[in-house]
Amino acid sequence: MYKILKKEDLSEQITLFDIEARDIARKARAGNFFILRTHEEGERIPLTIADYDRGRGTITTVFQKVGRTTHHLGTFKEGDFITDVIGPLGNDSHIENFGRVVCVGGGVGIAPVYPIARALKEAGNKVTSIIGARSKSILFWEEKMRSVSDDLIITTDDGSYGTKAVVTVPLQDILNKEKVDLVVAIGPAVMMKFVCKTTAQYNVKTIVSLNSIMIDATGMCGGCRVEVGGETKYTCVDGPEFDGHAVDFDLLMKRLQAYLPEEHTAMCGGRGNGGK
Amino acid sequence: MGGNDMETKTEEKKTKSRVEMREQPPHVRARNFQEVPYGYSPDEAFEEAGRCLSCKKGPCREGCPVGVDIPGFIGLIKERRYLDASWKVKERNALPAVCGRVCPQELQCESHCLMGIKGKPVAIGNLERFVADYEAANSDMKIPQRPKPTGRKVAVIGSGPGGLTCSVDLANAGHQVTLFEALHKPGGVLIYGIPEFRLPKAIVEREVEYISRLGVDLVRNAVIGKLYTIDELMNGRGYDACFICIGAGLPMFLGIPGENLNGVCSANEYLTRANLMKAYLFPEYETPIKVGKRVAVLGGGNVAMDSARVALRLGAEKVYLIYRRSGAEMPARKAEVHHAREEGIEFVLLTNPTRFIDDGKGNVCAVECIKMELGEPDESGRRRPVPVKGSEFLIEIDVAIPALGTRANPILTKTVPDITVNRSGYIVAEEGTGMTSKPGVFAGGDIVTGSATVILAMGAGRRAANAINDYLKWKHWDMRNNGN
Ligand SMILES: Cc1cc2nc3c(=O)[nH]c(=O)nc-3n(C[C@H](O)[C@H](O)[C@H](O)COP(=O)(O)OP(=O)(O)OC[C@H]3O[C@@H](n4cnc5c(N)ncnc54)[C@H](O)[C@@H]3O)c2cc1C
Ligand SMILES: Cc1cc2nc3c(=O)[nH]c(=O)nc-3n(C[C@H](O)[C@H](O)[C@H](O)COP(=O)(O)OP(=O)(O)OC[C@H]3O[C@@H](n4cnc5c(N)ncnc54)[C@H](O)[C@@H]3O)c2cc1C
Ligand code: SF4
Ligand code: SF4
Ligand code: FES
Repeated sequence: MYKILKKEDLSEQITLFDIEARDIARKARAGNFFILRTHEEGERIPLTIADYDRGRGTITTVFQKVGRTTHHLGTFKEGDFITDVIGPLGNDSHIENFGRVVCVGGGVGIAPVYPIARALKEAGNKVTSIIGARSKSILFWEEKMRSVSDDLIITTDDGSYGTKAVVTVPLQDILNKEKVDLVVAIGPAVMMKFVCKTTAQYNVKTIVSLNSIMIDATGMCGGCRVEVGGETKYTCVDGPEFDGHAVDFDLLMKRLQAYLPEEHTAMCGGRGNGGK
Repeated sequence: MGGNDMETKTEEKKTKSRVEMREQPPHVRARNFQEVPYGYSPDEAFEEAGRCLSCKKGPCREGCPVGVDIPGFIGLIKERRYLDASWKVKERNALPAVCGRVCPQELQCESHCLMGIKGKPVAIGNLERFVADYEAANSDMKIPQRPKPTGRKVAVIGSGPGGLTCSVDLANAGHQVTLFEALHKPGGVLIYGIPEFRLPKAIVEREVEYISRLGVDLVRNAVIGKLYTIDELMNGRGYDACFICIGAGLPMFLGIPGENLNGVCSANEYLTRANLMKAYLFPEYETPIKVGKRVAVLGGGNVAMDSARVALRLGAEKVYLIYRRSGAEMPARKAEVHHAREEGIEFVLLTNPTRFIDDGKGNVCAVECIKMELGEPDESGRRRPVPVKGSEFLIEIDVAIPALGTRANPILTKTVPDITVNRSGYIVAEEGTGMTSKPGVFAGGDIVTGSATVILAMGAGRRAANAINDYLKWKHWDMRNNGN
């Protein structure tokens, strides 16, 4: 059982937890994720380790309520316990001094991009970050992102804050103006797809973190498979970060829909809140 | 205690036919997840035991990888001393309720039974299952007295049958044992792979409770290699030895077009959803599974049979089992093939899938297959299937389950470079002891042998426990023994 030490609602749909998991915090690195199971009947879902505090023995995660498990998770309060927390999983982000990097975080993807931006900055890179959301009310971690970036650009789809644009617009501006050595993009699959389309025109290496459906997350089931450079890869053990220019995003998006009919039944017909 | 002196006293006629276990009728069981056979009643067990000749040499024992005293325990059944019989089995086999159900007895103990020469062999597996179930129902769990602590700490990694057996033996030797398991539930394949209707999970849970009562500290959710490395366990955390028994859990795919379409999922994924996550109780349990109207399972082993029978029980209208060789070559246990046929699984033999067809929305809607014929024997001695030109045909399906075997999972081994693995990634370990190239680290089960059987993994667990005992006495290993 893993205790929630802190809960913060970053917006109506997005929630932050600090979870007590001393040994995971001790080993966590930028790019890692963990699996959780809310309760005995619950499913196993992956979430990114968006931050960690080795002294306090906590990991931080930020999640968006999209379906049954994440909605149920949103009902947990400070002091509640999550039945299972498993990690740290996935490969560490490859961090070195590349020179000039742009970090792009879209929606809830701002959270996983934060530790990577921080590590890249610490490694001596000049970091510009672009964070985007549909609207101001769901944008979070502006200050945190600013603190690890040389420049921060904010976009909203509806123009309620920052520039009215999608993240690829300021990205394209930067690419037009200067030579960029690396782009890191995390967000919805469509966003990553279009970021990669943009950077491909400039031949700028682009790392994405894929969010496929997972079960065990140890390489045992193959449920998380994606195609990268025409080869099948397992997101959980080969990733979650990949060379974005080689990823088949259309396949990823289709595979994310695999259980949509079943999940729909569950949201309407199941217990919904799950219970504990 | 032995039953050998019973030989002359037995009045039962030896020519009697084997007492078969009563089972749920095929059309009923094909739609539920309850166990297929009901088990023997004491009278049935007594009657079947009566067929045993109590052979002095007990040739049957030779067929058992852990050398269960078969004439001995059956002799006790003949005296209706069922609890004693169970403990007799347990002297050699820590998980009789499991092995009685899942051992391929027809290839092991029963294949050596003298009764099998003229008629059917004694139903050793059924009897083993009976005494174990009898003990569970009729006595409290017998916990041996705690031995004097040795002060040594051992980490066992992986809680499948090999890890469970090793933990029991090490705890009984007085060592402080921690059992690390990556998943949230212990039991390995017994929990996530073999379905409820073949091995009720309550049985596995009972065994796990037993090892906890022995004082073994069970740590779930611990992916070794990620949460801790072997070196961290041995240096920072004070373990004197490790036993690695992490199974061979990396599913293989065919490498044909369309394999990543929705609706195509490995047997490991399908069975994990169904068994570990209890997706057959969806939506009460929250993990979904593709039920499928028409399901194709690809392969001919136990895993394929299990997947096909799960698909049927989930509600599929039609389940095909597509296998590239003929029925005679199928590696699955005979009993399981028989059960699958009875339940209405359609066997499509001498047929190989060539590609999956997209319905235009990213879902599989058919599998294209090609007919095969048997050619010359290959390295395995089985006749090699070769495609018949131009014989391609389509089978309409909405779920496909490749069950083509597994490979070694590198998640742990790649973090311990000083453990030697072979070209396929399996750990190289000394045959009789499980010693690896890294001092103090032993390995066994599927991660050493490749996919094998429950009882072989248990045998490896026991041998490693003995070797670890020796090793811990001196904290030294004579590397001459390590002939790899
Ligand atoms: C390595 C990794 C890291 C992740 N990190 C985070 C994170 O930090 N924060 C966060 O909010 N989410 C993260 N995700 C996504 C998260 O796992 C899913 O949102 C979650 O599994 C949805 O579960 P659910 O039961 O609430 O929704 P479901 O009922 O399963 O799905 C509801 C809707 O979400 C879609 N969906 C299902 N699975 C995913 C998925 N894996 N990704 C995106 N959409 C999905 C479905 O198509 C459906 O439309 C991560 C995924 C991976 C693989
Ligand atoms: C569907 C199916 C049906 C089968 N049917 C039969 C049958 O009828 N009869 C029979 O005799 N055999 C059968 N087998 C084979 C048998 O189950 C295996 O040979 C046996 O379970 C191997 O035991 P093991 O202890 O080596 O590993 P496993 O049972 O595979 O257990 C390994 C455990 O280690 C854990 N693990 C893996 N990596 C790590 C890590 N890094 N850190 C911590 N833990 C880890 C895994 O989660 C797992 O729990 C079947 C196998 C399958 C898949
Ligand atoms: S453990 Fe398996 S092989 Fe040995 S006697 Fe029992 S059923 Fe037969
Ligand atoms: S070989 Fe058969 S008949 Fe003889 S002791 Fe073994 S089980 Fe009994
Ligand atoms: S989630 Fe099972 S292999 Fe990646």
